Amino acid sequence: MKVQIVKDILSANEQIAQENRRLFDEKGVFVLNIMAAPGAGKTSLIECIIESLRGRLRIGMIDGDVASTIDADRIARTGIPAVQINTGGACHLDANMVRVALPRLSLDETDLLLVENVGNLICPTGFALGENLKVMIASTPEGADKPYKYPGMFSVVDVLMLNKVDLLPLLDFDLDYFRRGVEALNPDVAFFPISCKTGEGVQEWVDWLVERCRAG
Amino acid sequence: MHELAITQSMLNLALEYAKRAGAQRITHINLVIGEMSGVVDESVQFYFDFVSKDTLAEGAQLVFEWQPARIRCRACGHEFALEVGARLPRPYWACPVCQALGGEVVAGRELYMDSIEVE
Repeated sequence: MKVQIVKDILSANEQIAQENRRLFDEKGVFVLNIMAAPGAGKTSLIECIIESLRGRLRIGMIDGDVASTIDADRIARTGIPAVQINTGGACHLDANMVRVALPRLSLDETDLLLVENVGNLICPTGFALGENLKVMIASTPEGADKPYKYPGMFSVVDVLMLNKVDLLPLLDFDLDYFRRGVEALNPDVAFFPISCKTGEGVQEWVDWLVERCRAG
Repeated sequence: MHELAITQSMLNLALEYAKRAGAQRITHINLVIGEMSGVVDESVQFYFDFVSKDTLAEGAQLVFEWQPARIRCRACGHEFALEVGARLPRPYWACPVCQALGGEVVAGRELYMDSIEVE
């Protein structure tokens, strides 16, 4: 006997993501799902955001890593509430991991929730968490060919940061080639070249973020 | 690694429908997978054999129907298949008619269960 189903395999994740989103909307929390390869600067970017928005928005953070609390500890030192999720080997966060972590944060006292996904350019794309924006950080040492090699990630994000632009004079990074790849995959993406180290471009990005946050 | 999470979700979905149908055993699971979904079928089968042990789905055959990736050109509207193996620097998503880059993905991201066959 054949039983018709025709249902998305990740519909369970999608459903929990929608529940998360409803809760965030109800509590007035704006959520970023921050994705990147390991070492692109996810935690550095979060530190930049915290520093720039101190006193303007109340920030909380959820950090996903395969193991350790290094990143959450780093953020906790800035005085921001940070919750660590250890995925125990899994290569991405899913909606349920986020849901389980939420009671450890005070959403009533949070305007902006930064969710740092596991460092990976493939798996996190398939799993919605309930975020308002998907943010990807690429970085110049990774090479300009990444949009061509990881179209799945580059084509679904709302915001693309290119970090470590202070290194451009030292690298063979072809910015034009990179931009063309991004343009082809995702012409509507908001693009910000930045350096978390020198602060270049950070203000433009943070101002944009505050605006989006207020618009909901 | 995300194949494990996908396989687990897949198994849960199949078991839910099999129980609802009062089935004793699931013999086939028919899946529709897009080329751009990033799923590796051998990996799904490997995990499936492991996670389905002692369930109604133990021993079930996974049937993969691959959905080729198709793009609609943003410039001229032509719909074309992605040549996933094409060599750089010509990006594989250049429109074969007008050479413009990019477009809307109209097929190839599917990841769903079409049906199961049960006894």
